[in-house]
Amino acid sequence: MKTIYVDNNATTKVAPEVVEEMSPYFSELYGNPSSMHFFGGQVHTKVEEARERVAALIGARPQEIIFTSCGTESDNTAIMSALESNPEKRHVVTTRVEHPAVKNLVGHLKREGYRVTELPVDRDGLLSMDEVSRAITEDTAIVSVMWANNETGVLFPVEEIANVAKRRGAIFHTDAVQAVGKIPINLAETQIDMLSLSGHKLHAPKGIGVIYVRRGTRFSPYIIGGHQEEGRRGGTENVPYIIGMGKACELAANHLEDMQVRVKGLRDKLENTLLEKIPNSIINGARDQRLPSTASISFEYVEGESILLKLSDHGICASSGSACTSGSLEPSHVLRAMGVPFTAAHGSIRFSLSFYNTEEEIDFILEVMPPIIEKLRAISPFWDGSIARSCTAS
Amino acid sequence: MWVYTDKVKELFDNPKNVGEVENADGVGEVGSLSCGDALKLTFKLDKEGRIADAKFQTFGCASAIASSSALTEMIIGKTLEEAETITNQDIVEYLGGLPDKKMHCSVMGQEALRAAVANYRGEKLPKEDSDIVCECFGVTEKEIEDAILDNSLTTLEQVTDYTKAGGGCGSCHERIEGILQRTLGQGEAEVEPEKPAKSGLSNIQKMKLIEETLEREIQPTLAKDGGSIELVDIIGDRVLVSLRGACATCKASDITLKHYVESKLRELVTDNLVVEEVAQ
Repeated sequence: MKTIYVDNNATTKVAPEVVEEMSPYFSELYGNPSSMHFFGGQVHTKVEEARERVAALIGARPQEIIFTSCGTESDNTAIMSALESNPEKRHVVTTRVEHPAVKNLVGHLKREGYRVTELPVDRDGLLSMDEVSRAITEDTAIVSVMWANNETGVLFPVEEIANVAKRRGAIFHTDAVQAVGKIPINLAETQIDMLSLSGHKLHAPKGIGVIYVRRGTRFSPYIIGGHQEEGRRGGTENVPYIIGMGKACELAANHLEDMQVRVKGLRDKLENTLLEKIPNSIINGARDQRLPSTASISFEYVEGESILLKLSDHGICASSGSACTSGSLEPSHVLRAMGVPFTAAHGSIRFSLSFYNTEEEIDFILEVMPPIIEKLRAISPFWDGSIARSCTAS
Repeated sequence: MWVYTDKVKELFDNPKNVGEVENADGVGEVGSLSCGDALKLTFKLDKEGRIADAKFQTFGCASAIASSSALTEMIIGKTLEEAETITNQDIVEYLGGLPDKKMHCSVMGQEALRAAVANYRGEKLPKEDSDIVCECFGVTEKEIEDAILDNSLTTLEQVTDYTKAGGGCGSCHERIEGILQRTLGQGEAEVEPEKPAKSGLSNIQKMKLIEETLEREIQPTLAKDGGSIELVDIIGDRVLVSLRGACATCKASDITLKHYVESKLRELVTDNLVVEEVAQ
């Protein structure tokens, strides 16, 4: 059975070019980039090349790039640095739909006595700029708003929010883990102070992340140790992974247009055809303000885990916002924040594409999906023939 | 990813008895769309009062669908009295096991059956007269008690796995803990100790074993609630202890002492022990 991988917002395949670029740096060129000898020196050069490649993808200067272990470390570093650098400010602004790396950290901060504003989103998953503007005050140390939502792909106007934060003297951070490599980003033209990205979401391995810190931003390291990363992140550099990250960013830059055009076309075809073929299916998130590669579709009156298992039988790997798949008993906090009705939230499926996906794969999904939903609806007590019974949920 | 047994997978892929029995004698509907799973069970009796046909409709995950299918297969051919003895554990056994977090699917099966039988008899379900404890999932006190007794549950987490209660906002956790303590007290009082007495212990061996059991088994459990226990003396089969920390002021400390400390010591040391609290 062929594997059709459309769960790229969860993680991605490490590109063969990336593996190739990394492989000499395990057993052959294993020097420490901090060493004085030639053997470490050549590794140092390669690490700096990786830094340039990452910087180039997001319109940053190489000195503004700090390598970390993952997106979560980058998010934690950004928020904790802002609070530590501005101890007189006790307010944090974020949104209700952030990734747990931010959401659970601010939950912790709340218990520590910080004031936290979690901005709501509307039915389309969008923020109100008025509310953003009202929320940020002189007391706000940091505003952390994700660039693209991992579940729906909805894009937030982070450049605009960064401008508001700047005017109020707050640091602006964005978790751009899902956005980098999928949409063009040029930080030089923005007021964004800090940005997180993660290797394994863009065809580098798991275990490597980056935090961008704009030159001139007050910064306080999260991991304290040696002089690595100019004293901004202790710990011997994860050399092969850093090199892999650099290569992955170069690849992402080369595929950016492909993502905007071909991959977006595949996503649109997938969505439009599913909507057409399957009644009572709904797209979650503002259709015109999304990543080109993500589709979150709810199939009413059926449960997400059941759909995923049936898809899995066909070799198709996707994910769901349903309660049953998360190990918790409630559906995704993102869909709930958007007010997606329970009838739909439990039956939500996310397809997230990469530049490796092909039209044949999409056609195959389109072939197997309608009978899966039909079969599960035939079992569902809420589905009565072709017309859905009204929701009697308590 | 959940690990499901082959039986669960088989019944998920090819569920038996899907649909609605025409002119059903009993109809049971449990769960709701908001909860993420729901089950409608219908059955028809034959002249002898046996279940001639049973069908289900389920909205839910693979284990909910498989549990429902299993339930219908198990009850067909049985009298209502026979069917009523089926517990969620029987459904779990039929399926060859369910992941811990999916136990509520089997409970839903049992509840649907009870609801359908009550519907046939024109009776009210006992749970309907019971207070709702978990607002998020609409779980009543009676349902929680039943699940605790039927499945020998001892922790809040297990109650959530089996009934979903407490799996949402978490504001009912304290109440569930209270129901647990109360129900456990009853349950253990009714149950005869299963293990035979460990005879042939010398006095020194017995004292050593009591000390060890307190240290290794009992102390860590009490510590979780901020409590602590101290061994004062052992006189024959009387174990004199003093409760410290949170236990000292806890209203439920009598229950803890009798139904937890004493039964644990009886289980692991010898059957005749009596635990008494002494002031120090």
